[in-house]
Amino acid sequence: MNRQPALAHRPLLQRGGEWLRANLFSSVANGVTTLLLLGLLVWLGDRLLTWAVLNAVWGNASVATCNALLGQGACWAVVADKWRQMLFGIYPQAEQWRPAAAVLIFCGMLVLTAMRRFWHLRRLLVLWLGGSLLCAWLMAGGGGLTPVPTALWGGLPITLMLAVFGTLLAFPLGVLLALGRRSSLPIIRAVSISYIELVRGVPLITVLFMASIMFALFLPEGISFDKLLRAQVAIILFNAAYIAEVVRAGLQALPRGQHEAAAALGLGYWQTQLLVILPQALRITIPAQVNSFIDNFKDTSLVIIVSIFDFLYAVRQAVISDLDWRHYFVEGYLFAMAVYWLFCYAMSHYSQWLEKHLARDHRT
Amino acid sequence: MGRQVPGASLPTAMWSSEHFRNLLYQIALLVLIGTLGTYAVLNLVHNLESRAITIGFSYLAQEAGFDISEKLIDYQPTHSYGRAFAVGLLNTLFVSLLAIVAASVLGLAIGIARLSPNWLLRKLAAAYVEAVRNVPLILQLLLWYGVLTELLPPVADALRIGPAYLSQRGCAMPWPVAHPGWSAALLGLLLALVLSLLWARRARTVRDRCGRAPPVLWPAIGVCLLLPLAAWGAFGAPLEFSQPVLSGFDFEGGKIVLPEFIALLCGLSIYTAAFIAEIVRGGILAVDRGQIDAAEALGLSYGQRLRLVILPQTLRVMIPPLTSQYLNLSKNSSLAVAIGYPDLVSVSNTTLNQTGQAIEAIGLMMAVYLALSLAISGLMNWYNHRVRLVER
Repeated sequence: MNRQPALAHRPLLQRGGEWLRANLFSSVANGVTTLLLLGLLVWLGDRLLTWAVLNAVWGNASVATCNALLGQGACWAVVADKWRQMLFGIYPQAEQWRPAAAVLIFCGMLVLTAMRRFWHLRRLLVLWLGGSLLCAWLMAGGGGLTPVPTALWGGLPITLMLAVFGTLLAFPLGVLLALGRRSSLPIIRAVSISYIELVRGVPLITVLFMASIMFALFLPEGISFDKLLRAQVAIILFNAAYIAEVVRAGLQALPRGQHEAAAALGLGYWQTQLLVILPQALRITIPAQVNSFIDNFKDTSLVIIVSIFDFLYAVRQAVISDLDWRHYFVEGYLFAMAVYWLFCYAMSHYSQWLEKHLARDHRT
Repeated sequence: MGRQVPGASLPTAMWSSEHFRNLLYQIALLVLIGTLGTYAVLNLVHNLESRAITIGFSYLAQEAGFDISEKLIDYQPTHSYGRAFAVGLLNTLFVSLLAIVAASVLGLAIGIARLSPNWLLRKLAAAYVEAVRNVPLILQLLLWYGVLTELLPPVADALRIGPAYLSQRGCAMPWPVAHPGWSAALLGLLLALVLSLLWARRARTVRDRCGRAPPVLWPAIGVCLLLPLAAWGAFGAPLEFSQPVLSGFDFEGGKIVLPEFIALLCGLSIYTAAFIAEIVRGGILAVDRGQIDAAEALGLSYGQRLRLVILPQTLRVMIPPLTSQYLNLSKNSSLAVAIGYPDLVSVSNTTLNQTGQAIEAIGLMMAVYLALSLAISGLMNWYNHRVRLVER
């Protein structure tokens, strides 16, 4: 410790040299690895930079400009030309400020929910109910706005909606299933375990197929639900099983003494769970819940298989369906990757930060 | 339980008995599930009647009529739906198995690189993990597939890599012509692997008894090389390879690996490897610092420390999360349907579109995945039990 100031006072060059030796050239093998990796990095970086930046076509250029540089530079013009269709699908052009506003509101709600100041049941309820209703009104129209049927909805708002409601509405069901799995009542336990294990054992695609093809067969004739709604319900039911397992981990982490103390106070089952057990158990699992939300966010892209117009489908349609631009699908997919990546990366770093933050809290 | 409170009427007393209430809740749940189930089944029967669909698995014996591009067993459009289903199932198992092996190897390498003493290697491994796991798998698959089928040269001017050709139609490579010699070599390899395992087990018992283990690695490598070679030679040492030859619009002869398969295998392995790398890293970090200090004190090199001290202990911590990654991978293989690889989901989907037997096709598909999940977790639990810490 007391050598630290001396280290800091040495000239920068010397310190840099020491860092290099310690981190890159500590042994012969290490040095060779460094040189090989540097070579690879330079070679790859040079090609990538040339393709993606130096030779690339930027801005509102025409297809001809891109075709002239085919194979040498990226054609970002495809994103510049199609970004509205990629983000909002076939939503009427003149009204596209509405899905844009909905996306912003969704992001705003997510950011506010991430702030601990908002971690009160009532505030969260008001925030989400208000925000969701506002989004629904913006998307659907009515009351002064031109009505837009759900068949025209598409793009990023759909992805956010499927992910956010897919977690939010699955949460109560997941908590019930987790409690059911640990219940002392044999039938409730058996039902919960069967549900959780059944759902976790099958891929989401099969559940989506079930919702889009099989579900109609179980309803009385003539009654049908919106395709989007069916996919949303399938995602909710699917997520509930995963959330249940996360909550169960939290429940198991609580010491028995908490149950015994609640029993000693004369609290009943629901009072014990709602006032003593769940507030603590859910708190421990918040980082894991954020991770499961990230998985869910990525998984919503599977709805493309049952032809629901989410963000990925919109990007794909925008590029693939246009004969002029269809050769530049790589640029389109890279744009989609960047958007997904931004959301997931931000959330996963939030989850890591939260884990440290909550762990520190716990100790004091 | 139900203690009679003086003055209280019978129903109140029953209601205040916990035993009775618990029973009531459970019966209510059963009645609810039963009612909903009956209602759904009644609707189903009615709907199927009005659409003239008869429920049952007899459709599996009917002629399928569609072709499957990639198959491990003989299949023609004249074969039955049941056989098509088996082809799809085998494709799913095949690609999952290969991807599990590839993802494990890649994940292990990247996980170790994440903790390398080399700063550059460490950062590159971290960048790989962050880049890959934050993008949906289906998007990665679509990109791979698009690159393989559109950006590679057409068949006519395929890229030549040694004896193999890479083009929009996949990878065409030489393949041995069927001959008993090749089968014998394969059997010989299997036998050699079994012998090596038995020898490794024997070596362990010898070590436990006299403290010095007979060599295992070199004899094992030797027997794995020699036995197949001997079997191959004994059965006439066939050297005939079928070479891919460009004829018309496609390659003929040799073995053609379709772009769908390559894209699926690459996508699944690369995606899952990022998660496995994190598990490996966590496992290595979980090894007690004292173990590493002790290994250093014994003068073991970094590689030796990793191989002899750290990794064996890591395995124990890693197995439960690894199991769930393997399960995820096998379930994620169902995304094959997005790029047209004929896996279980893709074949079932075609079947249900042609026959209208939605309930059976989807039910069968789910049952298979469920069985696969149970089998993998059973296998991993067995292995977990084997490598568990043996306490005094």
